[in-house]
Amino acid sequence: MHADTTTTGRKAAALAAFKDLARDPGVPKPDPILVVDNVVRRFGGLTAVEVEHVEVQRGSITALIGPNGAGKTTFFNQLTGFDTADSGQWTFNGSSMNGVPPHKVARSGMVRTFQLTKALSRLTVLENMRLGAQAQKGESFWRALVPGFWRQQEDEITQRAEELLVRFKLDAKREDFAGSLSGGQRKLLEMARALMVQPELVMLDEPMAGVNPALTQSLLGHVKDLREQGMTVLFVEHDMDMVRDISDWVIVMAQGAVIAEGPPDTIMSDARVIDAYLGAHHDAPLSDSELEEQLHQAEAALEAEIEEETQK
Amino acid sequence: MDWVTIISTTVKAAIGVETVLYALAAIGINVHFGYTGLLNFGQAAFMAVAGYGLAVSVTVLGLPFWVGIAVGLAAAVLLAIILGIPTLRLRADYLAIVTIAAAEIIRLVFRSVAFKDIFGGSDGRRGFSNGFYALNPFPEGEYGFGWFTFNHRVTWVLVVGWILVALSCLIVYLLMNSPWGRVIKAIREDEDAVRSLGKNVFSYKMQSLILGGVIGALGGFIYGLAFASVQPDIFGTETTFFAYTIVILGGAARVLGPVVGSMIFWVLLVLINGLLSGAVEAGYITFMNSTQVGPVRFLLVGVGLILLLIYRPQGIFGDKREIAFDAR
Repeated sequence: MHADTTTTGRKAAALAAFKDLARDPGVPKPDPILVVDNVVRRFGGLTAVEVEHVEVQRGSITALIGPNGAGKTTFFNQLTGFDTADSGQWTFNGSSMNGVPPHKVARSGMVRTFQLTKALSRLTVLENMRLGAQAQKGESFWRALVPGFWRQQEDEITQRAEELLVRFKLDAKREDFAGSLSGGQRKLLEMARALMVQPELVMLDEPMAGVNPALTQSLLGHVKDLREQGMTVLFVEHDMDMVRDISDWVIVMAQGAVIAEGPPDTIMSDARVIDAYLGAHHDAPLSDSELEEQLHQAEAALEAEIEEETQK
Repeated sequence: MDWVTIISTTVKAAIGVETVLYALAAIGINVHFGYTGLLNFGQAAFMAVAGYGLAVSVTVLGLPFWVGIAVGLAAAVLLAIILGIPTLRLRADYLAIVTIAAAEIIRLVFRSVAFKDIFGGSDGRRGFSNGFYALNPFPEGEYGFGWFTFNHRVTWVLVVGWILVALSCLIVYLLMNSPWGRVIKAIREDEDAVRSLGKNVFSYKMQSLILGGVIGALGGFIYGLAFASVQPDIFGTETTFFAYTIVILGGAARVLGPVVGSMIFWVLLVLINGLLSGAVEAGYITFMNSTQVGPVRFLLVGVGLILLLIYRPQGIFGDKREIAFDAR
């Protein structure tokens, strides 16, 4: 029962925060964890990302969607330090993050996963997990030589890793090489490993890509679980069913810019979003002859339908 | 054919000076390539700066033996830093190109006429090892048992050499079973994943490059001290490639792989040399003469390496499952 109340509590809190927000791109949120201003990234003549202003609400699950080539992953790379933005600034928990190298971004509590999973193949599942833990004494060269310095901390890390592995149903695989896992299990492992960092903001780049449908539900559950534990989730996804299912708020990107924001159940009916996905004139006829053809097609379809009905 | 000599020299090679110095070079390569995934093709340069650091300090500058050792080690660390700063942020291939070029530059500087006063040109330097042999606790005579019998000088070099090999293996074992080694092995698998988990990849790669370089430098000292001289052409690219052969033969990313690899490598080399020269002298082989035996045995080493990579790519100690995941 207790779990149920907190579940509804967190989700309700997130939804309440979004309730009266405008649907405009860059709308201010009540309690933003991540604030982005004027981030621009150009590759030669191509402007891949040009985001004027966007905020991510703390404790929510925010989806970042957009057609192929909209710059979602590039935007992720800018925010996490994996690529350097040409200009712009962004703050995480109030501290400025532009120009910060990726490992420091992760240490500050903003951890990402990758579109193409990066399981460390020739390390065991458990070693993959242990790697995620921060401030390990045994990771300094000289202290590593004396196991006494880090043994106790290693035991604590192992315990935490095993708890997470149980939660992600990977505990049976703990001693297997990560390279022997299936695609979906690797996604699970990558998410579990990111949690070892104990992040505040988890950034998932297409968590469902290449995952078999049987695992999708379990992955969805884990993403929702992150919010229940007080983390903020920002994820890139193409699958609209999933976006509708788990997100509290949706940010839409197209051609590098944020074009719309809104709650998941209404965002896909927003005119700007439809234009971005299907093109602005997708339902307008191009010429008179085409208009006529469309009419003929509609009539033919109607006739066929009537014929079918009468035959019954 | 003199079977006793052939077999006794072969058996001696299993623990001989070459085995020791190549084992050290290969342990360094194993840290770089086997564990960290760094393609260092300039291991010979680390050996060279160490050997010459010692030689020049003692002969040209007149410094004591121990200062020479310190200079050699410092030179290896410095070389690692200079090579690492521009290349470790880039892809692995760049390190390979830069290290092989740097190793050749260093060799050519050591053998150049312009610096003959310092490095001794193509003759190299000699007469710097007295400080080492002054420490020799073994009185003059022969030591060992059976075929493993060496004179007091070689015995001293071998004792020190094998202690260094054992220490290097111990350090590698301790490090690679620690969280530090976990980060290093993870970098070999995927740098970006390691960055995303809050580790400073550049710093770890630099530490690895320095560690492997310093272990290789120990091999350079052993060479200089055992033969009481250093020449530039000893530290050519083939030295590095022998070390790579040894690492792959023994099994990459295995603590004892390079040591066993080095033993097998030199036993085979000496055995083939003995058999071929014996057969040529006895007239069994008529299509080559005794001076051609040297090149032919290296030709056979190449064939052996190719067969090894085809039939047992994981080496002697390797785990075949690990190779299967290496889909890059």
